[in-house]
Amino acid sequence: MRKELRIGGFGGQGVLMCGIIIAKAASLYDNMFAVQTQSYGPEARGGASRTEIVISDETVDYPKVEHPEIFVAMSHEALIKYIDDISQGALLLVDPDLVYLDEIQDIIDDKKLTCYTSDATRQAQDEIGLKIVANIVMLGSFVKATGLISEESARKAILDSVPKGTEDMNIKAFEQGMKIVEKIN
Amino acid sequence: MDAKELFVQGNEACALGALAAGCRFFAGYPITPSTEIAEVMSRKLPTVGGHFVQMEDEISAIGAIIGASWGGQKVVTATSGPGISLMQENIGYAVITETPIVLINMQRGSPSTGQPTRSAQADMMQVKWGSHGDYETIALAPSSVQECFDYTIKAFNLAEEYRCPVFVMADEIVGHMREKITIPEKIEITPRQMPEKTDNYLPFDAQDDSTTPMPSFASGFDIHVTGLTHDERGYPSTDDPEVHSKLVTRLCNKITSKRNDMALIETEFMDDAEIAIISYGIPSRSALTAVKKARAEGLKVGYIKLGVVWPFPEETLLDLTSNVKKIIVPELNLGQVYLEVDRVLGKNAEVELVSKIGGALITPDEILEKIMGDD
Repeated sequence: MRKELRIGGFGGQGVLMCGIIIAKAASLYDNMFAVQTQSYGPEARGGASRTEIVISDETVDYPKVEHPEIFVAMSHEALIKYIDDISQGALLLVDPDLVYLDEIQDIIDDKKLTCYTSDATRQAQDEIGLKIVANIVMLGSFVKATGLISEESARKAILDSVPKGTEDMNIKAFEQGMKIVEKIN
Repeated sequence: MDAKELFVQGNEACALGALAAGCRFFAGYPITPSTEIAEVMSRKLPTVGGHFVQMEDEISAIGAIIGASWGGQKVVTATSGPGISLMQENIGYAVITETPIVLINMQRGSPSTGQPTRSAQADMMQVKWGSHGDYETIALAPSSVQECFDYTIKAFNLAEEYRCPVFVMADEIVGHMREKITIPEKIEITPRQMPEKTDNYLPFDAQDDSTTPMPSFASGFDIHVTGLTHDERGYPSTDDPEVHSKLVTRLCNKITSKRNDMALIETEFMDDAEIAIISYGIPSRSALTAVKKARAEGLKVGYIKLGVVWPFPEETLLDLTSNVKKIIVPELNLGQVYLEVDRVLGKNAEVELVSKIGGALITPDEILEKIMGDD
Protein backbone atom coordinates (compact mmCIF):
# COMPACT_ATOMS: atom_id res chain seq x y z
CA MET A 1 0.00 0.00 0.00
CA ARG A 2 1.54 3.29 -1.09
CA LYS A 3 -0.37 6.49 -0.26
CA GLU A 4 0.63 9.88 -1.61
CA LEU A 5 -0.53 13.00 0.17
CA ARG A 6 -0.07 16.72 -0.19
CA ILE A 7 -0.81 19.62 2.15
CA GLY A 8 -0.82 23.15 0.77
CA GLY A 9 -1.36 26.57 2.27
CA PHE A 10 0.21 29.99 2.81
CA GLY A 11 3.84 30.07 3.86
CA GLY A 12 3.80 30.52 7.63
CA GLN A 13 0.49 28.71 8.23
CA GLY A 14 2.23 25.62 9.53
CA VAL A 15 1.44 23.18 6.73
CA LEU A 16 5.02 21.96 6.89
CA MET A 17 4.78 21.19 10.60
CA CYS A 18 1.45 19.46 9.97
CA GLY A 19 3.11 17.25 7.34
CA ILE A 20 6.11 16.46 9.52
CA ILE A 21 3.82 15.35 12.35
CA ILE A 22 1.83 13.06 10.03
CA ALA A 23 4.98 11.46 8.60
CA LYS A 24 6.58 11.16 12.00
CA ALA A 25 3.46 9.51 13.43
CA ALA A 26 3.39 7.03 10.57
CA SER A 27 7.07 6.11 10.66
CA LEU A 28 7.95 6.25 14.34
CA TYR A 29 4.68 5.13 15.94
CA ASP A 30 2.55 3.31 13.35
CA ASN A 31 5.38 1.09 12.05
CA MET A 32 4.93 2.32 8.50
CA PHE A 33 7.48 3.83 6.13
CA ALA A 34 7.19 7.54 5.40
CA VAL A 35 9.06 10.19 3.46
CA GLN A 36 8.27 13.88 3.83
CA THR A 37 9.40 16.50 1.31
CA GLN A 38 8.48 20.15 0.92
CA SER A 39 8.51 23.14 -1.35
CA TYR A 40 11.65 24.95 -0.41
CA GLY A 41 12.50 28.46 -1.45
CA PRO A 42 11.23 32.02 -1.35
CA GLU A 43 7.64 30.74 -1.63
CA ALA A 44 7.98 29.12 1.77
CA ARG A 45 7.90 32.63 3.28
CA GLY A 46 4.50 33.69 1.99
CA GLY A 47 2.64 32.69 -1.15
CA ALA A 48 1.70 29.07 -1.72
CA SER A 49 3.72 26.51 0.21
CA ARG A 50 3.36 22.76 0.31
CA THR A 51 4.58 19.57 1.87
CA GLU A 52 4.23 16.09 0.43
CA ILE A 53 4.31 12.76 2.16
CA VAL A 54 4.50 9.20 0.94
CA ILE A 55 3.32 6.59 3.44
CA SER A 56 3.68 2.89 2.73
CA ASP A 57 3.74 -0.49 4.47
CA GLU A 58 6.99 -1.26 2.63
CA THR A 59 10.17 0.72 1.97
CA VAL A 60 9.47 3.87 -0.01
CA ASP A 61 11.74 3.81 -3.08
CA TYR A 62 10.66 6.79 -5.19
CA PRO A 63 10.25 9.50 -2.54
CA LYS A 64 8.22 12.08 -4.45
CA VAL A 65 4.47 12.49 -4.83
CA GLU A 66 3.22 12.25 -8.42
CA HIS A 67 -0.58 11.97 -8.04
CA PRO A 68 -1.79 12.71 -4.52
CA GLU A 69 -4.61 10.56 -3.23
CA ILE A 70 -5.16 12.95 -0.34
CA PHE A 71 -4.92 16.73 -0.70
CA VAL A 72 -5.35 19.12 2.21
CA ALA A 73 -5.70 22.77 1.14
CA MET A 74 -5.52 25.63 3.62
CA SER A 75 -5.46 28.45 1.06
CA HIS A 76 -7.17 29.11 -2.25
CA GLU A 77 -3.90 29.85 -4.01
CA ALA A 78 -2.46 26.49 -2.90
CA LEU A 79 -5.68 24.70 -3.87
CA ILE A 80 -5.56 26.08 -7.42
CA LYS A 81 -1.80 25.77 -7.80
CA TYR A 82 -1.46 22.19 -6.59
CA ILE A 83 -4.65 20.40 -7.61
CA ASP A 84 -3.89 19.64 -11.26
CA ASP A 85 -2.16 16.29 -10.84
CA ILE A 86 -4.55 15.00 -8.16
CA SER A 87 -5.43 11.33 -8.47
CA GLN A 88 -8.84 10.03 -9.61
CA GLY A 89 -11.14 9.48 -6.60
CA ALA A 90 -8.84 11.38 -4.26
CA LEU A 91 -9.86 12.78 -0.89
CA LEU A 92 -9.89 16.59 -0.68
CA LEU A 93 -9.92 18.31 2.71
CA VAL A 94 -10.18 22.11 2.80
CA ASP A 95 -10.68 25.00 5.17
CA PRO A 96 -13.93 26.36 3.66
CA ASP A 97 -13.29 29.88 4.94
CA LEU A 98 -10.06 30.11 2.94
CA VAL A 99 -10.96 28.49 -0.39
CA TYR A 100 -13.69 28.82 -3.02
CA LEU A 101 -14.62 25.22 -3.69
CA ASP A 102 -17.08 26.17 -6.44
CA GLU A 103 -14.15 27.37 -8.55
CA ILE A 104 -12.91 23.79 -8.84
CA GLN A 105 -16.32 22.11 -9.10
CA ASP A 106 -15.42 20.80 -12.56
CA ILE A 107 -12.28 19.09 -11.18
CA ILE A 108 -14.27 17.68 -8.25
CA ASP A 109 -16.79 16.19 -10.71
CA ASP A 110 -14.26 15.10 -13.29
CA LYS A 111 -11.88 13.42 -10.82
CA LYS A 112 -14.76 12.22 -8.58
CA LEU A 113 -13.17 13.74 -5.49
CA THR A 114 -14.55 13.06 -2.03
CA CYS A 115 -14.64 16.41 -0.25
CA TYR A 116 -14.33 17.20 3.44
CA THR A 117 -14.34 20.58 5.14
CA SER A 118 -12.83 21.72 8.41
CA ASP A 119 -13.00 25.39 9.36
CA ALA A 120 -9.72 24.94 11.19
CA THR A 121 -8.60 28.57 11.17
CA ARG A 122 -11.88 29.89 12.60
CA GLN A 123 -11.98 27.11 15.22
CA ALA A 124 -8.37 27.77 16.22
CA GLN A 125 -9.21 31.43 16.78
CA ASP A 126 -12.63 31.01 18.45
CA GLU A 127 -12.31 27.73 20.36
CA ILE A 128 -8.62 27.52 21.19
CA GLY A 129 -7.97 31.26 21.25
CA LEU A 130 -4.89 31.13 19.04
CA LYS A 131 -4.97 31.19 15.25
CA ILE A 132 -1.51 29.64 14.86
CA VAL A 133 -2.78 26.21 15.95
CA ALA A 134 -5.01 26.01 12.86
CA ASN A 135 -2.55 23.50 11.39
CA ILE A 136 -3.04 21.17 14.37
CA VAL A 137 -6.82 21.56 14.16
CA MET A 138 -6.48 20.54 10.50
CA LEU A 139 -4.32 17.61 11.54
CA GLY A 140 -7.13 16.37 13.78
CA SER A 141 -9.54 16.67 10.86
CA PHE A 142 -7.08 14.84 8.63
CA VAL A 143 -6.81 11.91 11.06
CA LYS A 144 -10.59 11.66 11.40
CA ALA A 145 -11.28 11.96 7.66
CA THR A 146 -8.54 9.66 6.35
CA GLY A 147 -7.78 7.16 9.11
CA LEU A 148 -4.32 6.97 7.54
CA ILE A 149 -2.52 7.31 10.86
CA SER A 150 -3.82 6.29 14.25
CA GLU A 151 -5.11 8.89 16.68
CA GLU A 152 -2.71 7.70 19.35
CA SER A 153 0.34 7.99 17.09
CA ALA A 154 -0.75 11.46 16.01
CA ARG A 155 -0.95 12.55 19.65
CA LYS A 156 2.54 11.17 20.35
CA ALA A 157 3.97 12.90 17.28
CA ILE A 158 2.33 16.20 18.25
CA LEU A 159 3.85 16.02 21.72
CA ASP A 160 7.27 15.29 20.13
CA SER A 161 7.06 18.23 17.79
CA VAL A 162 5.43 21.23 19.45
CA PRO A 163 7.27 23.71 21.71
CA LYS A 164 7.38 22.94 25.43
CA GLY A 165 4.53 24.54 27.30
CA THR A 166 2.13 24.39 24.33
CA GLU A 167 1.29 20.69 24.58
CA ASP A 168 -2.16 21.05 26.15
CA MET A 169 -3.26 23.72 23.71
CA ASN A 170 -2.11 21.66 20.73
CA ILE A 171 -3.82 18.49 21.95
CA LYS A 172 -7.00 20.52 22.47
CA ALA A 173 -6.62 21.86 18.91
CA PHE A 174 -6.17 18.31 17.60
CA GLU A 175 -9.29 17.09 19.40
CA GLN A 176 -11.30 20.03 18.10
CA GLY A 177 -10.22 19.14 14.57
CA MET A 178 -11.41 15.57 15.03
CA LYS A 179 -14.83 16.89 16.02
CA ILE A 180 -15.50 19.44 13.33
CA VAL A 181 -14.58 17.71 10.08
CA GLU A 182 -17.54 17.20 7.73
CA LYS A 183 -17.98 15.20 4.56
CA ILE A 184 -19.83 17.35 2.06
CA ASN A 185 -20.46 15.15 -0.97
CA MET B 1 24.56 4.21 23.60
CA ASP B 2 21.15 2.61 23.01
CA ALA B 3 19.83 2.26 19.48
CA LYS B 4 17.64 5.22 18.69
CA GLU B 5 15.05 6.01 16.05
CA LEU B 6 14.64 9.58 14.82
CA PHE B 7 12.59 11.28 12.13
CA VAL B 8 14.93 13.90 10.66
CA GLN B 9 16.13 15.72 7.54
CA GLY B 10 19.12 14.50 5.52
CA ASN B 11 21.08 17.57 6.56
CA GLU B 12 20.47 16.82 10.22
CA ALA B 13 21.44 13.18 9.66
CA CYS B 14 24.77 14.30 8.14
CA ALA B 15 25.47 16.43 11.20
CA LEU B 16 24.53 13.58 13.57
CA GLY B 17 26.73 11.22 11.55
CA ALA B 18 29.67 13.60 11.83
CA LEU B 19 29.23 13.85 15.60
CA ALA B 20 28.87 10.07 15.92
CA ALA B 21 32.10 9.64 13.91
CA GLY B 22 33.95 11.72 16.48
CA CYS B 23 34.01 15.05 14.64
CA ARG B 24 34.73 17.86 17.08
CA PHE B 25 35.49 20.76 14.73
CA PHE B 26 33.33 22.43 12.10
CA ALA B 27 34.27 25.52 10.15
CA GLY B 28 32.03 26.76 7.40
CA TYR B 29 30.11 29.48 5.71
CA PRO B 30 26.39 28.61 5.66
CA ILE B 31 24.93 28.15 2.18
CA THR B 32 21.61 26.86 0.89
CA PRO B 33 20.79 23.96 0.76
CA SER B 34 23.32 22.81 3.38
CA THR B 35 22.66 25.45 6.06
CA GLU B 36 20.88 23.10 8.49
CA ILE B 37 24.13 21.14 8.89
CA ALA B 38 25.86 24.27 10.20
CA GLU B 39 22.83 25.01 12.40
CA VAL B 40 22.90 21.58 14.04
CA MET B 41 26.68 21.59 14.42
CA SER B 42 26.64 25.05 15.98
CA ARG B 43 24.15 23.86 18.60
CA LYS B 44 25.64 20.44 19.31
CA LEU B 45 29.42 20.81 19.02
CA PRO B 46 29.82 23.06 22.09
CA THR B 47 27.88 20.50 24.17
CA VAL B 48 30.41 17.74 23.42
CA GLY B 49 33.58 19.77 23.89
CA GLY B 50 33.92 20.62 20.23
CA HIS B 51 34.25 23.86 18.33
CA PHE B 52 32.08 25.51 15.70
CA VAL B 53 33.49 28.45 13.75
CA GLN B 54 31.51 30.46 11.23
CA MET B 55 34.19 31.77 8.88
CA GLU B 56 34.15 34.80 6.60
CA ASP B 57 33.99 32.60 3.48
CA GLU B 58 34.58 29.07 2.19
CA ILE B 59 38.27 29.66 1.45
CA SER B 60 38.96 30.27 5.11
CA ALA B 61 36.54 27.51 6.12
CA ILE B 62 38.60 24.80 4.44
CA GLY B 63 41.79 26.44 5.72
CA ALA B 64 40.42 26.20 9.25
CA ILE B 65 39.46 22.54 9.01
CA ILE B 66 42.84 21.61 7.52
CA GLY B 67 44.53 23.39 10.43
CA ALA B 68 42.24 21.73 12.99
CA SER B 69 42.89 18.34 11.44
CA TRP B 70 46.64 18.89 11.97
CA GLY B 71 45.69 19.91 15.50
CA GLY B 72 44.49 16.33 15.96
CA GLN B 73 40.76 16.79 15.45
CA LYS B 74 38.31 15.05 13.14
CA VAL B 75 36.89 17.86 11.05
CA VAL B 76 34.12 18.68 8.61
CA THR B 77 32.74 21.50 6.55
CA ALA B 78 29.38 21.62 4.79
CA THR B 79 28.63 23.63 1.70
CA SER B 80 27.19 23.52 -1.81
CA GLY B 81 28.72 23.86 -5.30
CA PRO B 82 29.67 27.56 -5.04
CA GLY B 83 31.50 26.84 -1.79
CA ILE B 84 33.32 23.83 -3.24
CA SER B 85 34.48 26.08 -6.10
CA LEU B 86 36.07 28.47 -3.61
CA MET B 87 37.68 25.58 -1.72
CA GLN B 88 39.47 24.07 -4.71
CA GLU B 89 42.96 25.38 -4.01
CA ASN B 90 42.99 24.03 -0.48
CA ILE B 91 41.45 20.72 -1.57
CA GLY B 92 44.70 20.20 -3.50
CA TYR B 93 46.62 21.33 -0.42
CA ALA B 94 44.81 18.71 1.71
CA VAL B 95 45.63 16.09 -0.94
CA ILE B 96 49.37 16.78 -1.06
CA THR B 97 49.71 17.26 2.71
CA GLU B 98 47.62 14.10 3.29
CA THR B 99 45.18 15.84 5.61
CA PRO B 100 41.98 13.95 6.52
CA ILE B 101 39.04 16.30 5.97
CA VAL B 102 35.37 15.64 5.24
CA LEU B 103 33.43 17.95 2.93
CA ILE B 104 29.66 17.64 2.64
CA ASN B 105 28.37 19.02 -0.66
CA MET B 106 24.59 19.46 -0.76
CA GLN B 107 24.51 19.87 -4.53
CA ARG B 108 22.21 22.48 -6.07
CA GLY B 109 21.47 23.78 -9.56
CA SER B 110 24.56 25.27 -11.16
CA PRO B 111 26.91 26.64 -12.63
CA SER B 112 27.67 29.67 -10.49
CA THR B 113 25.02 30.53 -7.90
CA GLY B 114 22.51 28.76 -10.18
CA GLN B 115 19.46 27.42 -8.34
CA PRO B 116 20.04 27.65 -4.60
CA THR B 117 16.89 25.78 -3.63
CA ARG B 118 16.84 23.05 -6.26
CA SER B 119 18.59 19.72 -6.59
CA ALA B 120 21.40 18.64 -8.93
CA GLN B 121 24.27 16.18 -9.18
CA ALA B 122 26.34 18.42 -11.40
CA ASP B 123 29.44 18.66 -9.18
CA MET B 124 30.43 15.01 -9.59
CA MET B 125 33.31 15.75 -11.95
CA GLN B 126 34.30 18.89 -10.07
CA VAL B 127 35.24 16.89 -6.97
CA LYS B 128 37.39 14.65 -9.13
CA TRP B 129 39.10 17.29 -11.27
CA GLY B 130 38.42 20.70 -9.71
CA SER B 131 41.80 21.39 -8.13
CA HIS B 132 44.92 21.50 -10.28
CA GLY B 133 47.23 18.56 -10.71
CA ASP B 134 47.05 14.78 -10.73
CA TYR B 135 45.17 13.66 -7.66
CA GLU B 136 42.45 11.37 -6.37
CA THR B 137 39.76 11.93 -3.79
CA ILE B 138 36.97 9.79 -2.37
CA ALA B 139 33.29 10.66 -2.94
CA LEU B 140 30.18 9.01 -1.49
CA ALA B 141 26.60 9.64 -2.64
CA PRO B 142 23.75 9.10 -0.16
CA SER B 143 20.27 8.32 -1.51
CA SER B 144 18.33 8.37 1.76
CA VAL B 145 18.34 10.08 5.12
CA GLN B 146 19.73 6.91 6.72
CA GLU B 147 22.57 6.94 4.19
CA CYS B 148 23.25 10.60 5.01
CA PHE B 149 24.01 9.38 8.53
CA ASP B 150 25.82 6.18 7.56
CA TYR B 151 27.86 7.61 4.68
CA THR B 152 29.00 10.63 6.69
CA ILE B 153 30.43 8.24 9.29
CA LYS B 154 31.95 6.19 6.48
CA ALA B 155 33.47 9.39 5.02
CA PHE B 156 35.23 10.12 8.32
CA ASN B 157 36.55 6.56 8.50
CA LEU B 158 37.85 6.69 4.92
CA ALA B 159 39.44 10.10 5.54
CA GLU B 160 41.37 8.63 8.48
CA GLU B 161 42.32 5.47 6.61
CA TYR B 162 43.49 7.17 3.41
CA ARG B 163 44.43 10.61 4.77
CA CYS B 164 42.73 12.57 2.02
CA PRO B 165 39.71 14.81 1.42
CA VAL B 166 36.49 12.77 1.39
CA PHE B 167 33.30 14.21 -0.08
CA VAL B 168 29.73 13.38 0.85
CA MET B 169 28.01 14.25 -2.44
CA ALA B 170 24.40 14.63 -1.38
CA ASP B 171 21.85 16.95 -2.99
CA GLU B 172 19.04 19.34 -2.08
CA ILE B 173 16.38 16.61 -2.21
CA VAL B 174 18.06 14.19 0.16
CA GLY B 175 19.26 17.08 2.34
CA HIS B 176 15.78 18.44 2.96
CA MET B 177 13.74 15.26 2.87
CA ARG B 178 12.71 13.70 6.16
CA GLU B 179 12.73 9.96 6.92
CA LYS B 180 13.22 7.72 9.88
CA ILE B 181 16.79 6.85 10.74
CA THR B 182 18.09 4.27 13.14
CA ILE B 183 21.20 5.17 15.09
CA PRO B 184 22.69 1.83 16.04
CA GLU B 185 24.01 0.97 19.48
CA LYS B 186 27.50 0.35 18.17
CA ILE B 187 29.12 2.39 15.43
CA GLU B 188 32.38 1.41 13.80
CA ILE B 189 34.80 4.32 14.04
CA THR B 190 38.33 4.57 12.65
CA PRO B 191 40.32 6.49 15.25
CA ARG B 192 43.16 8.90 14.43
CA GLN B 193 46.26 6.73 14.52
CA MET B 194 49.24 8.57 15.96
CA PRO B 195 52.68 7.43 14.86
CA GLU B 196 55.29 6.15 17.26
CA LYS B 197 57.90 8.62 18.40
CA THR B 198 61.29 7.44 17.15
CA ASP B 199 64.70 9.00 16.53
CA ASN B 200 64.95 10.43 13.01
CA TYR B 201 61.15 10.22 12.65
CA LEU B 202 60.02 10.63 9.02
CA PRO B 203 56.38 11.78 8.88
CA PHE B 204 55.88 11.09 5.16
CA ASP B 205 57.86 7.88 4.85
CA ALA B 206 55.08 5.75 3.34
CA GLN B 207 55.27 2.54 1.34
CA ASP B 208 54.01 2.58 -2.26
CA ASP B 209 50.20 2.75 -2.54
CA SER B 210 49.74 3.63 1.12
CA THR B 211 49.97 6.37 3.69
CA THR B 212 51.42 6.76 7.19
CA PRO B 213 49.87 7.36 10.61
CA MET B 214 49.30 11.09 11.03
CA PRO B 215 51.10 13.06 13.73
CA SER B 216 49.57 16.25 15.10
CA PHE B 217 50.96 19.62 16.03
CA ALA B 218 51.94 20.23 19.64
CA SER B 219 52.30 16.58 20.51
CA GLY B 220 56.06 16.25 20.41
CA PHE B 221 56.70 15.57 16.74
CA ASP B 222 58.99 17.66 14.58
CA ILE B 223 56.81 18.09 11.53
CA HIS B 224 56.81 20.38 8.57
CA VAL B 225 53.71 20.56 6.36
CA THR B 226 53.91 22.10 2.92
CA GLY B 227 52.00 22.25 -0.34
CA LEU B 228 55.31 22.01 -2.19
CA THR B 229 56.50 18.64 -3.37
CA HIS B 230 58.21 17.17 -0.32
CA ASP B 231 60.40 14.30 0.71
CA GLU B 232 59.88 11.77 3.52
CA ARG B 233 60.79 14.42 6.09
CA GLY B 234 58.10 16.74 4.77
CA TYR B 235 60.73 19.22 3.54
CA PRO B 236 60.34 20.87 0.14
CA SER B 237 62.14 19.02 -2.62
CA THR B 238 60.92 20.65 -5.79
CA ASP B 239 63.70 19.93 -8.28
CA ASP B 240 64.09 16.20 -8.15
CA PRO B 241 61.80 14.49 -10.72
CA GLU B 242 61.99 11.24 -8.80
CA VAL B 243 60.76 12.73 -5.53
CA HIS B 244 57.82 14.35 -7.29
CA SER B 245 56.94 11.28 -9.29
CA LYS B 246 57.13 9.03 -6.24
CA LEU B 247 54.99 11.33 -4.09
CA VAL B 248 52.23 12.13 -6.58
CA THR B 249 52.02 8.55 -7.85
CA ARG B 250 51.70 7.30 -4.30
CA LEU B 251 49.01 9.87 -3.44
CA CYS B 252 46.93 8.66 -6.40
CA ASN B 253 47.67 4.95 -6.03
CA LYS B 254 46.90 4.82 -2.31
CA ILE B 255 43.30 5.49 -3.39
CA THR B 256 42.90 3.92 -6.85
CA SER B 257 44.53 0.66 -5.78
CA LYS B 258 41.74 0.23 -3.19
CA ARG B 259 38.88 1.21 -5.52
CA ASN B 260 37.21 -2.19 -5.35
CA ASP B 261 37.81 -2.62 -1.61
CA MET B 262 36.06 0.59 -0.67
CA ALA B 263 33.15 0.29 -3.14
CA LEU B 264 29.77 0.34 -1.43
CA ILE B 265 27.72 -1.39 -4.08
CA GLU B 266 24.13 -2.53 -3.64
CA THR B 267 22.47 -4.71 -6.25
CA GLU B 268 18.98 -6.06 -6.88
CA PHE B 269 17.77 -8.48 -9.57
CA MET B 270 21.22 -8.72 -11.22
CA ASP B 271 21.36 -12.55 -11.47
CA ASP B 272 19.78 -12.85 -14.91
CA ALA B 273 19.75 -9.15 -15.87
CA GLU B 274 20.20 -8.18 -19.51
CA ILE B 275 19.75 -4.49 -18.78
CA ALA B 276 21.32 -2.81 -15.74
CA ILE B 277 20.59 0.59 -14.23
CA ILE B 278 23.70 2.03 -12.59
CA SER B 279 22.80 4.89 -10.28
CA TYR B 280 24.12 6.86 -7.33
CA GLY B 281 22.49 9.30 -4.94
CA ILE B 282 18.83 10.27 -5.02
CA PRO B 283 17.98 9.01 -8.57
CA SER B 284 18.71 5.52 -7.21
CA ARG B 285 15.28 5.68 -5.58
CA SER B 286 13.68 6.28 -8.99
CA ALA B 287 15.87 3.57 -10.54
CA LEU B 288 14.80 0.91 -8.05
CA THR B 289 11.11 1.74 -8.57
CA ALA B 290 11.63 1.54 -12.35
CA VAL B 291 13.44 -1.80 -12.07
CA LYS B 292 10.66 -3.28 -9.93
CA LYS B 293 8.05 -2.07 -12.44
CA ALA B 294 10.07 -3.56 -15.32
CA ARG B 295 10.41 -6.87 -13.48
CA ALA B 296 6.64 -6.91 -12.98
CA GLU B 297 6.40 -6.75 -16.79
CA GLY B 298 8.78 -9.70 -17.04
CA LEU B 299 11.76 -7.68 -18.26
CA LYS B 300 15.21 -8.81 -17.17
CA VAL B 301 16.41 -5.59 -15.61
CA GLY B 302 18.79 -5.22 -12.68
CA TYR B 303 19.80 -2.47 -10.28
CA ILE B 304 23.29 -1.39 -9.25
CA LYS B 305 23.77 1.46 -6.79
CA LEU B 306 27.16 3.04 -6.19
CA GLY B 307 27.63 4.22 -2.61
CA VAL B 308 31.21 5.28 -3.34
CA VAL B 309 31.39 6.93 -6.76
CA TRP B 310 35.07 7.96 -6.62
CA PRO B 311 37.29 6.05 -6.86
CA PHE B 312 35.24 4.29 -9.52
CA PRO B 313 35.00 0.54 -8.77
CA GLU B 314 36.00 -0.52 -12.29
CA GLU B 315 36.74 -4.23 -11.91
CA THR B 316 33.76 -4.90 -9.63
CA LEU B 317 31.41 -3.29 -12.14
CA LEU B 318 32.97 -5.15 -15.08
CA ASP B 319 32.37 -8.36 -13.21
CA LEU B 320 28.78 -7.49 -12.22
CA THR B 321 27.78 -6.50 -15.75
CA SER B 322 29.60 -9.20 -17.74
CA ASN B 323 26.29 -10.56 -19.10
CA VAL B 324 24.54 -7.23 -19.49
CA LYS B 325 23.78 -5.84 -22.97
CA LYS B 326 22.54 -2.40 -22.03
CA ILE B 327 23.38 -0.08 -19.15
CA ILE B 328 21.34 2.98 -18.20
CA VAL B 329 22.75 5.77 -16.05
CA PRO B 330 20.22 8.22 -14.54
CA GLU B 331 21.70 11.43 -13.15
CA LEU B 332 20.72 15.02 -12.36
CA ASN B 333 23.20 16.62 -14.77
CA LEU B 334 23.87 16.55 -18.50
CA GLY B 335 26.03 13.42 -18.30
CA GLN B 336 28.97 13.10 -15.89
CA VAL B 337 29.30 9.71 -14.18
CA TYR B 338 27.71 8.38 -17.38
CA LEU B 339 31.02 9.19 -19.12
CA GLU B 340 32.95 7.12 -16.60
CA VAL B 341 30.50 4.22 -16.90
CA ASP B 342 30.87 4.39 -20.69
CA ARG B 343 34.69 4.49 -20.44
CA VAL B 344 34.81 1.42 -18.22
CA LEU B 345 31.85 -0.66 -19.40
CA GLY B 346 31.12 0.74 -22.86
CA LYS B 347 33.18 -1.88 -24.68
CA ASN B 348 30.88 -4.69 -23.53
CA ALA B 349 27.50 -2.98 -23.33
CA GLU B 350 25.59 -0.11 -24.82
CA VAL B 351 25.57 2.72 -22.24
CA GLU B 352 22.71 5.22 -22.21
CA LEU B 353 22.07 8.34 -20.18
CA VAL B 354 18.83 9.49 -18.54
CA SER B 355 19.56 13.12 -17.82
CA LYS B 356 17.52 15.74 -16.02
CA ILE B 357 18.44 19.22 -14.83
CA GLY B 358 16.37 22.05 -13.40
CA GLY B 359 15.72 20.68 -9.96
CA ALA B 360 13.11 17.94 -10.21
CA LEU B 361 13.92 14.29 -9.58
CA ILE B 362 14.02 11.86 -12.49
CA THR B 363 10.77 9.88 -12.36
CA PRO B 364 10.62 6.08 -12.48
CA ASP B 365 8.67 6.34 -15.76
CA GLU B 366 11.47 8.34 -17.40
CA ILE B 367 13.86 5.48 -16.64
CA LEU B 368 11.26 2.90 -17.64
CA GLU B 369 10.95 4.55 -21.07
CA LYS B 370 14.68 4.13 -21.59
CA ILE B 371 14.45 0.50 -20.44
CA MET B 372 11.74 -0.17 -23.03
CA GLY B 373 13.86 1.57 -25.68
CA ASP B 374 13.41 0.04 -29.12
CA ASP B 375 13.10 -3.55 -27.86
